[in-house]
Amino acid sequence: MKATNEDLVHAIVSLNNIKKSFNDIVAVNDVSVQIREGEFFSLLGPSGCGKTTLLRIIAGFESPETGDILINDKLVNSTPPNIRPTNMVFQNYAIFPHLNVQENVGYGLQNTKLTSKSIKNKVDEILDMVGLGGFNFRSSSALSGGQKQRVALARALILKPRVLLLDEPLSALDKNLREQMQFELRQLQKSIGITFILVTHDQTEALTMSDRIGVMFDGIVDQVATPEDIYTKPATKRVASFIGNMNFFRSNILSSTAESVRVESDLLGVLDIDKVNIFGGSKAKVSIGIRPEKFKFKKPNGGKKVKSLAGKLIQKTFLGENLLFSLDVGKKANKVYISLTPSGEGAYPKVGENVTVYYSLNDLLAYFEV
Amino acid sequence: MNFSDQDKKGWRLLGLPFIFSVLLLAVPLATMFALSFWTQDYLVLKKTFTLANYKEAWFEPVYQKLFNRSLIISMTVTFLTISFAFPVAYFISFYGGRRKALWLFFITIPFWTSYLLRMFLWKVILGYNGVLNSFFKWLGIITEPLTFLLYNSNAVIIALTHGWAPFAILPIFVSLEKIDRSLLEASKDLGDSSFQQFFRIILPLSIPGLIGATLIIFIPTIGDYITPKLVGGPDGLMIANMIQVQFSKANNAPLSAALSVSSLLIVGLISIIFVFLNKKHLRTF
Amino acid sequence: MYKTNKLLKIFVIGFLIFLYAPAVLLPIFSFNSSQVISFPLSGFSTKWFGQLLNEDTLHDALLNSLIIAVLSSALATMLGTLTARAASRYKFFGQKVTMGFILLPLILPEIILGVCLLTVLIQLGLNLSLWTVVLGHTLLILPFATLILLSAFNNLNISLEEASLDLGMNAWQTFYKIILPMVTPGLISSLLIGFVISLDEFIIAFFLTGVDPTLPVYIWSQLRFPAKLPSTMALGTILLIVSLILVSFFEYYRRRIEKYSQALTRGK
Repeated sequence: MKATNEDLVHAIVSLNNIKKSFNDIVAVNDVSVQIREGEFFSLLGPSGCGKTTLLRIIAGFESPETGDILINDKLVNSTPPNIRPTNMVFQNYAIFPHLNVQENVGYGLQNTKLTSKSIKNKVDEILDMVGLGGFNFRSSSALSGGQKQRVALARALILKPRVLLLDEPLSALDKNLREQMQFELRQLQKSIGITFILVTHDQTEALTMSDRIGVMFDGIVDQVATPEDIYTKPATKRVASFIGNMNFFRSNILSSTAESVRVESDLLGVLDIDKVNIFGGSKAKVSIGIRPEKFKFKKPNGGKKVKSLAGKLIQKTFLGENLLFSLDVGKKANKVYISLTPSGEGAYPKVGENVTVYYSLNDLLAYFEV
Repeated sequence: MNFSDQDKKGWRLLGLPFIFSVLLLAVPLATMFALSFWTQDYLVLKKTFTLANYKEAWFEPVYQKLFNRSLIISMTVTFLTISFAFPVAYFISFYGGRRKALWLFFITIPFWTSYLLRMFLWKVILGYNGVLNSFFKWLGIITEPLTFLLYNSNAVIIALTHGWAPFAILPIFVSLEKIDRSLLEASKDLGDSSFQQFFRIILPLSIPGLIGATLIIFIPTIGDYITPKLVGGPDGLMIANMIQVQFSKANNAPLSAALSVSSLLIVGLISIIFVFLNKKHLRTF
Repeated sequence: MYKTNKLLKIFVIGFLIFLYAPAVLLPIFSFNSSQVISFPLSGFSTKWFGQLLNEDTLHDALLNSLIIAVLSSALATMLGTLTARAASRYKFFGQKVTMGFILLPLILPEIILGVCLLTVLIQLGLNLSLWTVVLGHTLLILPFATLILLSAFNNLNISLEEASLDLGMNAWQTFYKIILPMVTPGLISSLLIGFVISLDEFIIAFFLTGVDPTLPVYIWSQLRFPAKLPSTMALGTILLIVSLILVSFFEYYRRRIEKYSQALTRGK
């Protein structure tokens, strides 16, 4: 990855060519990522992609086979977790069942020279911050999932880590509580300014909470970018299909100029695609991607950039926040998906009707086939 | 072979127990194994290799008879114990309601007294002037005490069946408890009668428990010393009694060792068969 | 359905009578005034219990057994803790074989263990004493201790240890503050089970004890004398009551732990 101006911001965690495998299975394969001081960074990917291993390498529970890890400019490859300036919120919270809330939250401070009175004060302060004021002597078995999560958060934050690591902290919560906690975590991170590194497989979670996201597949970080860039300019085909929905059309390259590449596909015909929208190396085959919501039933203004596609509507699915149409475009290709946000204006085509949909060349992305 | 971090950490912990087991188990077993190929002339050990002890142990009718009897007794005991234990475990698991733990507790109560005394009490029950005979006489069923009750293989079988019952109930109970009750509802829903359900669902799924119970009972009973000594009489003695006699009274430690090694071979062979059966059975799920 | 249920119930009750028959005889004959152990009973008496008070050999044997049971269960629990921790936490070369070896006494007939150990002791020219019995019993109990502790250590969620390390505690502090309190129920079970097995074990003690008999060895010697039978019955009655109290306490404790852990999982 080329260094840009943004990479010059101080990196609190610097992962350089990290590799880690378990019994011949490569979990993390030559990963280099710089995490900036004070940012909310998410590691996003399907289960088994190595994101948790990467987080555990930062925490010090796993040591990399090759590569260096620097935290706050210090090489910590062989520093044990209890010495590192990182703290972790575990996936199952790891609340000590034989200790109460006070003892859990104050656990790490017992190892310092603080008096029990000042520990108590600090615990009170942090419990207030996470919204559990007065819970000090509650037994840890009497806590709900959300409360356990807050205790785990307080227990880690009380030690004032440089980096807070969160391993799928919201996955055990139900949907409403999860959304509330997403918001609260984001607020908390902004107000205390500590770097958060979150591991998650939930794209919505990563997109709503993070300053930047690293998307991982099979031990490789495909893209590190802001949520907007990840969504609008996914760097690889697998990022494009993992984040949101995407229609893909197999195409051949006909010719290329300085600004664009001319491709031909069965369905879309011959098209010129801007080079800024093309990712990957240069091979003969490309996949053209377009998000379902980029299709319109009404022809938009846009001159020569607007193209059309005709077919028969075969299915209409109501997904709550939007409508998803499946269009049979006749040829042997797959169905094309079209997504609309219901707006109340005008009638939608009915299932069985023949329709024409429109899209803009600017909305096409192209990925070279691997 | 280079050692990983896990190897080092694991062995740092396991080192002490390992040394303990080597000194107290490996060394004694090896010594016994070696001893079984030597001979003893009164009190002097002759350390020249010979198979004479094994020849005697395997081909002399006295020992053959003891091996056969031990096998038959412990197989009978295993079969009886499991036949009794299964309905009881079944009852507790399916009809025990909220008092399952209490039922299990009730079943173990009689076993919290000395094994010696429990076995001895069967002598009191089955003896010439014993509980059964005096009870029958008092009822007027018999005039002369029955003599076939005590001092034979049957007495050994009764006492051992009693002594090992809870050890069969527990593993069977555990495997019955593990059966997902929705499977039973599914089998009823698909048309099974209670009878069919038992043979098509419950019994096959409790096989791991049955095999566990078989091993738990078969292995210790084949080598039991106390019971045959107390209630077996001359016709009910088993191989363990002979091992002890040869070792101490007859001063023939090498023969005793050969008998021990042979018993271990039998026990080991049968255990391996059962473990294999269990694995094969589990694989079919 | 109802009918099978009823038949089954009758069978279970019959089985319970079979189970309790010998144990019920113990108190009956220990309070029977006749020296002969047979029916009909002759009359109520507590003299056999009184006789026990004057048996010095019995008192010595009881003390020997208690010493052996305490030492061997403590030793086995210590070795079992090391074994269980190693097996639950690490995967390493030779692990399975060593574990299988440590558990081997479970399937070895006691007579063979006794013969083996005695052979070695004789070859080494070592004297038999309470210590040799302690070692033999430790060997016998170790598999039980290991299995009990293994389930305790396996229930220990590794992320609790990691959380403690992450919060700045070192390995020893983590062991003392997190691991030890959480495996305490397992440790207590292991000590209790080991204690009970050692207290009741006859054959190994019979082979390995020198001039000091253990309680079962003492009882064995008494069984040969008809005159001693009633007081032996009285001794058995006392043993039954004591172990019932111990076991009830254990059961009560175990249920409390169970409720506690149920509460923990419910809170998840």
